[in-house]
Amino acid sequence: MAESALDGPRAIRFAALRDFWYYFSVNRGAVLGLVVFLLLILIAIFAPLIAPFPPELQFRDSIRTPPSWLAGGKPQFLIGTDEVGRDILSRLIHGARYSLFIGFFVVLGAMLVGVTLGLVAGYFRGWVDALIMRIMDIILAFPSLLLALVLVAILGPGLFNAMLAIALVLQPHFARLTRAAVMSEKNREYVTSARLAGARHLRVMFVTILPNCLGPLIVQATLSFSNAILEAAALGFLGMGAQPPTPEWGTMLARAREFITSAWWIVTWPGVAILVTVLAINLIGDGLRDALDPKLKRS
Amino acid sequence: MAPPFGSFRMLRFILNKLALIVPTVIGITIASFSFIRLLPGDPILAMAGQHGVTPERYEILKEQFGFNLPIWQQYLNYVWGLLNGNFGVSLSTKRPVIVDFLSLFPATIELALFAMIIAVLLGIPAGIFAAIKRGSWFDQSIMGIALAGYSMPIFWWGLLLIIFFSGYLGWTPVSGRIALQYFFPSVTGFMLIDSLLAGKPDAFVSAVRHLILPSVVLGTIPLAVIARQTRSAMLEVLGEDYVRTARAKGLSPRRVVGLHAFRNALIPVVTTIGLQVGLLMAGAILTETIFSWPGIGKWMIDSISKRDYIAVQSGLLLIALIVMAVNLLVDLLYAVINPRIRVQ
Repeated sequence: MAESALDGPRAIRFAALRDFWYYFSVNRGAVLGLVVFLLLILIAIFAPLIAPFPPELQFRDSIRTPPSWLAGGKPQFLIGTDEVGRDILSRLIHGARYSLFIGFFVVLGAMLVGVTLGLVAGYFRGWVDALIMRIMDIILAFPSLLLALVLVAILGPGLFNAMLAIALVLQPHFARLTRAAVMSEKNREYVTSARLAGARHLRVMFVTILPNCLGPLIVQATLSFSNAILEAAALGFLGMGAQPPTPEWGTMLARAREFITSAWWIVTWPGVAILVTVLAINLIGDGLRDALDPKLKRS
Repeated sequence: MAPPFGSFRMLRFILNKLALIVPTVIGITIASFSFIRLLPGDPILAMAGQHGVTPERYEILKEQFGFNLPIWQQYLNYVWGLLNGNFGVSLSTKRPVIVDFLSLFPATIELALFAMIIAVLLGIPAGIFAAIKRGSWFDQSIMGIALAGYSMPIFWWGLLLIIFFSGYLGWTPVSGRIALQYFFPSVTGFMLIDSLLAGKPDAFVSAVRHLILPSVVLGTIPLAVIARQTRSAMLEVLGEDYVRTARAKGLSPRRVVGLHAFRNALIPVVTTIGLQVGLLMAGAILTETIFSWPGIGKWMIDSISKRDYIAVQSGLLLIALIVMAVNLLVDLLYAVINPRIRVQ
């Protein structure tokens, strides 16, 4: 490859991206996951335009209407209505907003805190490191859902508090990963040379070292995204997350147990939505891991 | 082969691990100690709930809980109590929390144990065959199913299974551990064992029927994790030189896989199995809630909704300590079965 010296870095970056896409797109599951995920984002953005009805509109004459293809179904309620006559499809479409919003902000928060703590711990070592990592150990000693539940009991039930609790529970994973990556990068020559050139601690940490630790962090972010959606749904189901009548998928299942014998569609669809979303994200995560892990590429 | 615990290095490894968990244990006690004091507003009023308390009763309670002492002294008293087995008295049942905990714990163990048995018995063979038939439709569908299992909102999965197996087919009961007509003394706390000890085979059958669905639900995610982990561990081992040598020697494929590959792939798999314990406890909260299974998970949820914060506090502490102890055991077991660590 003949390249002028000026083009060098950009060309390399482009080649790396092309390599990445090559390895990612080989994995058909990952591409499928990506397509589904992009569709979900579009659904979430255009929810009010796509949904046939507002999510909280109750049709008092159509309570627990079965899906349209069954006896007793009505064509305007494609997959049925719930216990107070709301169109389930419309609620699911609006629910996509909540789940993606939850996933995005929980991961953002967990990443900001976790990566910063991990950088500080791995960079400075000593007692700072010991203190931070022991606190992470303590957080990880509790089963995540249990800790999130107890935190919500302290903060009070609600979507925002649930997100806060989940972010806190997920961030130690980022801290541990970042710390390990920083420790292996810290003594490389490029870091030493940046330091010799007079770069300050903050610059060395965030500008020099961090970009070289991104691979595993991206994979962890994907994993956390799906975990956040699952845990938020579980909290909603237990009545500790988003509160009714919010069309959050887990919250929609909170009262579903009453209808397991009489109206299966009230129980079924919200879970299908959760499963499809989480599965799509995990497929992407698997693809990212394979594409970013140089060891697996060769095999 | 040296005896596993014979070497000085092994002992040092164990002591090291133990030393590392001391700060974590202290941290866990601080966390559970802080829990009640972090509740919004006054802890006594928070525990009293909507009914409130009279001023005299308030002072009595304050004294009783030691909230009038300086905070460090409260903490020391708390730890001293824990060391003497005093985990507080439940606000709702008025019994010592540890008594409630121990009476419900066997139900959770029974459930978790069966979930793990299902996960291991199905997950390991699935992972092995997927690895052997790598890239085949079998491999792809098994791994697809495993990823779906891994992505499963298990509280919904439980409801679906109830709809189908209990509602539609009528095969299994919807909730509880055993049908109400059976009475027998609780010796071990495990329904399956106690019913046999009492000589009531029909009670045993009833207990099994109650156990199946919750175990499947709780075992789903561990099953998926174990299948995936077994597959990748097998793939790694199947590419190693000693497996190639065994093949070249002309050993039958079954011997190569069973004797040479699987035994080495087992090490990371055992670790994975051990690390599912925390996950099982989190899963138990949801599973027990759905199936009204009278175990620790449901007890925690009920205690939170009943504002029985003493029970929540001690439950939090006990569960964290149990999970940590199991993880420590797994670490040690890992060192014992892994020759690489043993000689290091």
